[in-house]
Amino acid sequence: MWWGVIGTSVAAFGLKYLGHSIPHRYLEHPKIQKTNLLIPITLLSALVAVQTFAEKSKLVLDHRAAGLAIAAIALKFRAPFPVVVILAAISSAAVFHFSS
Amino acid sequence: MSITVGAYGIAFGAASVAAGFSILQTSLLSLLTFSGASQFALVGVMGSGGSALSGIATATLLGFRNGLYGLRMSPLLKTRGPKRILAAHVTIDESTGVALSQEGLGEQAMRSGFWLTGIGVFLFWNLFTIAGALGAQSMGNPAAWGLDAAVPAAFLGLVWPRLTCLSDRFLSVAAMALALALTPFVPAGIPIIATAFLALAIGLRRL
Repeated sequence: MWWGVIGTSVAAFGLKYLGHSIPHRYLEHPKIQKTNLLIPITLLSALVAVQTFAEKSKLVLDHRAAGLAIAAIALKFRAPFPVVVILAAISSAAVFHFSS
Repeated sequence: MSITVGAYGIAFGAASVAAGFSILQTSLLSLLTFSGASQFALVGVMGSGGSALSGIATATLLGFRNGLYGLRMSPLLKTRGPKRILAAHVTIDESTGVALSQEGLGEQAMRSGFWLTGIGVFLFWNLFTIAGALGAQSMGNPAAWGLDAAVPAAFLGLVWPRLTCLSDRFLSVAAMALALALTPFVPAGIPIIATAFLALAIGLRRL
């Protein structure tokens, strides 16, 4: 846990500082800009999937899927972030209690 | 904006404690890393059994964009020494976004937009992280309160606004499928990092 906290913090600050310090003709290539927009999409999407459908290294379908489905519907209707998260938590907890 | 940041902060504090990080570790992440998506990724990967290394790698890949924001902001801010350290630390989505949105109002307005937003978000983010962490600690079983679904819902909320065109949506679904397909066969955390190659393959080829 501590390695995660320290390593992430050091790397996050290092990247930010580097951005302020290097001459900016580097990394301004459009392909790098484009890839930089795509990386958060794949990583965050992967996190959504794994956090919903994986239990250690097994794939499962449980109460979390209900929460995620409600979250997706809420986002579709342009609900603000707090509403999305709270609706997901409520529906997941409801299914959890109902099924156990 | 403050309300949204506060909500993300609470969600992060709660998610981090639910993933097994202590309140001190959770707060330090918000103070020192100060990059929402990276922090969520670290606690997400390590909370589901991934190693520290795969957690750090995922979080750092998500932090690359802050470096590019810095490139964009440095000619505007023209900072040196300690002030540059501070500027770098508050270079995030929100501060860069507000600065760029003031472009029509001149450089002075862009600079104050950057500093006010960066420092404001920093304060809110850290206060609400502690609130979320304390709240989650008093709750007990995360599943009974729906916290285990709140985390992926938060990730979905982070990725949703980025899916502006059909090909982005396609990429998102492909990343989900790849991560789930790899999950049974490789250590936790690796399926998530692996999807970065999907972004690399498409980003470097397109245009």
